[in-house]
Amino acid sequence: MSTNTITTQKVNFKVFRFNADEDYLPYYEDYNMEVTSEEVVLDILNRIKWDHDGSFSYRRSCRHGICGACAIKVNGRSTLACKESMKDMVDLFGSELIIEPLSKKRAVKDMIIDKGDFWEKHDAIHPYLISDVHENPEHEHIVTPAEAEELNDADLCIQCGACHYACPVVEINEDFFGPAAFAKAYRFEADVRDDAHDERLQELHQEKQGLWDCVKCFECAEACPKDVNPIDKITKLHQMLFQEGVATSNVATRHAVGFKHSIAKNGVLDEGGMVLYSERAAVVKHIPLALKMFRKGKIVPPWGITKSENLDEIQKLVKSSSTAKF
Amino acid sequence: MEKLKYALFTGCTAKQSTPEQMMSTLAVADKLGIELVELTEASCCGASHLQDYDDFLSLVLNARNIAYAEKHGLTMVTICNTCQLNTAMTKHRLDNNEELKARVNEKLGEVGLNYKGTSQITHFLYAIIDDIGLDKVKEMVVTPLSQFNIAPFYGCHNIRPSELQNETHKTAENPYNPRSLDDLIIACGGTSVDYEEKNKCCGFHVELQAPHTSAVLAGNAVAGAMDGNADWMVTPCPLCHLKLDTQTDHLSAAIGRDVALPVLHMQQMLGLALGCSKEELGLQHHVEKVDFV
Repeated sequence: MSTNTITTQKVNFKVFRFNADEDYLPYYEDYNMEVTSEEVVLDILNRIKWDHDGSFSYRRSCRHGICGACAIKVNGRSTLACKESMKDMVDLFGSELIIEPLSKKRAVKDMIIDKGDFWEKHDAIHPYLISDVHENPEHEHIVTPAEAEELNDADLCIQCGACHYACPVVEINEDFFGPAAFAKAYRFEADVRDDAHDERLQELHQEKQGLWDCVKCFECAEACPKDVNPIDKITKLHQMLFQEGVATSNVATRHAVGFKHSIAKNGVLDEGGMVLYSERAAVVKHIPLALKMFRKGKIVPPWGITKSENLDEIQKLVKSSSTAKF
Repeated sequence: MEKLKYALFTGCTAKQSTPEQMMSTLAVADKLGIELVELTEASCCGASHLQDYDDFLSLVLNARNIAYAEKHGLTMVTICNTCQLNTAMTKHRLDNNEELKARVNEKLGEVGLNYKGTSQITHFLYAIIDDIGLDKVKEMVVTPLSQFNIAPFYGCHNIRPSELQNETHKTAENPYNPRSLDDLIIACGGTSVDYEEKNKCCGFHVELQAPHTSAVLAGNAVAGAMDGNADWMVTPCPLCHLKLDTQTDHLSAAIGRDVALPVLHMQQMLGLALGCSKEELGLQHHVEKVDFV
């Protein structure tokens, strides 16, 4: 028989408060509460509203981690309030917890944010199956288990926005699709029934909005409450660009391909050579920085590079193991 | 105690754009009584860019690097966060997928090598914390950094994805509230500065294709450290170091505010506390002048 006992603990909640209609600036309100090990974060939001301040606002609906409405941040960590145990939060962060909306700059009222940009990006990647299916098909379109496996759980996304608002690029570059849209795009790119494959990939290849602006910080993988692992899908889409011949030559694609050439030549990178290979004529803009670094002994000329030992092995492997065609 | 011995995967920058990182790694290992066997056969890890282009090739090359550490029968120590990520990710995937491992080994067999999965892979920062211990480090400090407020900058690829990273070291790290570097600062006698950007991205990986994004991220990090009253910053990643140290003019222009701080490699900070000279630690190789030593 289980002997789990319910424990209680005092926790100080610092809660983000803001009403776009009335407040010039947001502020934090403190709530000291006795929290039980059985509660989830949503219970605390409810208690703040029911016991302390009826004007406190947040989104909630299914309470089963499937509608994605209650995503907020606790101490900077994205979380679905209805799924996140208070005990885990206290174990992770201690007894002072900061409750904030997913995006402070998009806050409308307390935890409620304007997710307009999220939906705009979501729509932009055509998040649906595009297929020329006859309205009275003669047979089923069978998707084998192995083909379904290719979706790699991308279909588990509940559009909560946790990864989108954890992405540092979304904060800076308003054209960037963001991790949720990429994961959703992958869900259809990996679907054998989809006919818009190349068109969607073309969109994802565009600079500024597309895949190449991802900084590879893994914030999205960490933030996702459903283990969709968006950066894994971003990497797979990158590979798809090359495999399917959609990638065209630009500074980012040359940078990726340049690694292979540099490794084949030296084993290690030729850092200066990589910049030249990626930038071509635009390399001139890096000259002031290169001079600054040269003066500090930070630039090794191509002839001064210490190549990897047993370089022949590396060259043999590059030849025999390369799978990309670009 | 038996002398600690590791296989050192230096990565590419330590031999080119951050020579001070190589110098300080060796100086600190010497002080701590660690023996490092350099994996001179190792190739580049692909830096997460080759992975975008040719996943299988990057697996084969990283497995080859690990196979050399296995030949020595040693744990592989990395000194670059991105090397750590790509090497540990390779190990994780091969150790959990027999079919993939067999395919990779088929290729490695062509050059007489074999990946077994017997070597652990850990970043030098965690090797020090796990295998030497911060109490021991504290005892060895001869020049406490007590007059300094030091801002830790963790770098993404040492703390995320946390599930993978926490497989590689014993001391669990919370990516939203990391402690390792803060604890090392404290062990060296310094005061660690808490600021919002300490576990954020430096933007290095999009420097060529998205220079504005890259500069804003790094600029925000330096600004956050300055606002936290830091005297200097410290990082375990040479790529973060390049971003934060070498182009403060770009960072300042991108965020519309003059930002600049000296940035030390984790090994240099530790070296200062352990009594290494600034020449041994290569402080003369920094672009942003280190004038407090």
